Amino acid sequence: MSRAALLVLADGRFPAGGHAHSGGAEEAVKAGRISGAASLAEFCRGRLHTAGLVSASLAAAAALGIDPVTLDGAADARTPSPALRVAARKLGRQLLRAARATWPSAELDALGRQFPKGAHQPVVLGLAARAAGLGPVDAAYCAAYESVSGPATATVRLLSLDPFDATRVLARLAPELDRVVDRGVEAARRVVDDGVDALPAPSAPLLEIGAEVHAGWPVRLFAS
Amino acid sequence: MHLDHHHDGPAAVGADAHRPDGSRRALRIGLGGPVGSGKTATVAALCRALRDELSIAVVTNDIYTREDAEFLLREAVLPPERITAVETGACPHTAIRDDISANLEAVEDLEDAIGPLDLVLVESGGDNLTATFSKGLVDAQIFVIDVAGGDDIPRKGGPGVTTADLLVVNKTDLAPYVGSDLARMAADAKAQRAELPVVFQSLRGGPGVADVAAWVRGRLAAWTAGA
Repeated sequence: MSRAALLVLADGRFPAGGHAHSGGAEEAVKAGRISGAASLAEFCRGRLHTAGLVSASLAAAAALGIDPVTLDGAADARTPSPALRVAARKLGRQLLRAARATWPSAELDALGRQFPKGAHQPVVLGLAARAAGLGPVDAAYCAAYESVSGPATATVRLLSLDPFDATRVLARLAPELDRVVDRGVEAARRVVDDGVDALPAPSAPLLEIGAEVHAGWPVRLFAS
Repeated sequence: MHLDHHHDGPAAVGADAHRPDGSRRALRIGLGGPVGSGKTATVAALCRALRDELSIAVVTNDIYTREDAEFLLREAVLPPERITAVETGACPHTAIRDDISANLEAVEDLEDAIGPLDLVLVESGGDNLTATFSKGLVDAQIFVIDVAGGDDIPRKGGPGVTTADLLVVNKTDLAPYVGSDLARMAADAKAQRAELPVVFQSLRGGPGVADVAAWVRGRLAAWTAGA
């Protein structure tokens, strides 16, 4: 299978619903925590090392063939906010649809039967990578990158931020992204022997609290 | 106690004409067009005109509120369980054209929750003249413009005006007050659309939504005949 499949899966235009989610950026903008390129970079750095690392390790573990039901439970345990669980499952369901259409596979069909309303998105992402013939490192890269690219593109829309500034933020995070992927994949490989407790569990309390606040707004641009 | 639906196979991926249990799904019609042209009012009028003969549900794509869904609820054009809103992340055209997954899930969930439907109306958020629905989401689309938005819109064309299965020119009662030339709009629309139909409509008087409702009945008959 072609390595270039990674470009298809990681493309921001891959039709899996991400465009309607801000990764917490909308709430952070309203609360004043993101007001420009510098604070966007700090927000993304925090998200990368917490939610991003967890997602990367879950995606890598799923790509390695670890049981998705167990991984989905591990994702739940690492997502205190009910609103974020709902968002993660919505996005997982949407990604599953796109992945099944793009890379049909018995594993993806089985996942759809096990989770008709959606599994956590990083778990689906890992299985989508498998179906595309990609490996755990590729899956972790997709997950880690999505954890920062979503908030960056949302902030361009929310603050009319210069898109070149937002893209530079992402480019400068690249070395850290490499390290997060390394850690995530290493943890995922340990799951094979040690079970899902080997997965990292750092959390960002403000992301969780912000997601709950955001879910209660009557007027908003993004679904999360 | 009603447990999760049991599907024989995994859920549909795209625009498959059949539901997982093998039954034929509802006809899906999209309504798009610029902000304020009367999409929601047309949806409400269609529901009132057709709800006694058809089992209908509506998906709205509000840009940043739930106002369109709430308008339909307030007007009680359908029971609340038949109306659902999709959030579009500041890009209404993306949700109906480039990345339709949230809308597909909304229409499928409605059909799963309510049982077999005849018709699902998918209303776009107000957008620009290039916004069209993906063929993966709807079977036919209506583009709604209004005379007060400028009588040069049919001449300007664009994918909505040119390719929609039905073009509705709404608020014809306002034409004398805003200086819009209906004959010119009709001629321009004909030039842009050749044989594709155009309906001039005022929901405040006259025949109301009757012509559009008749067109929907025709599409539904064709859809059912294709089963």
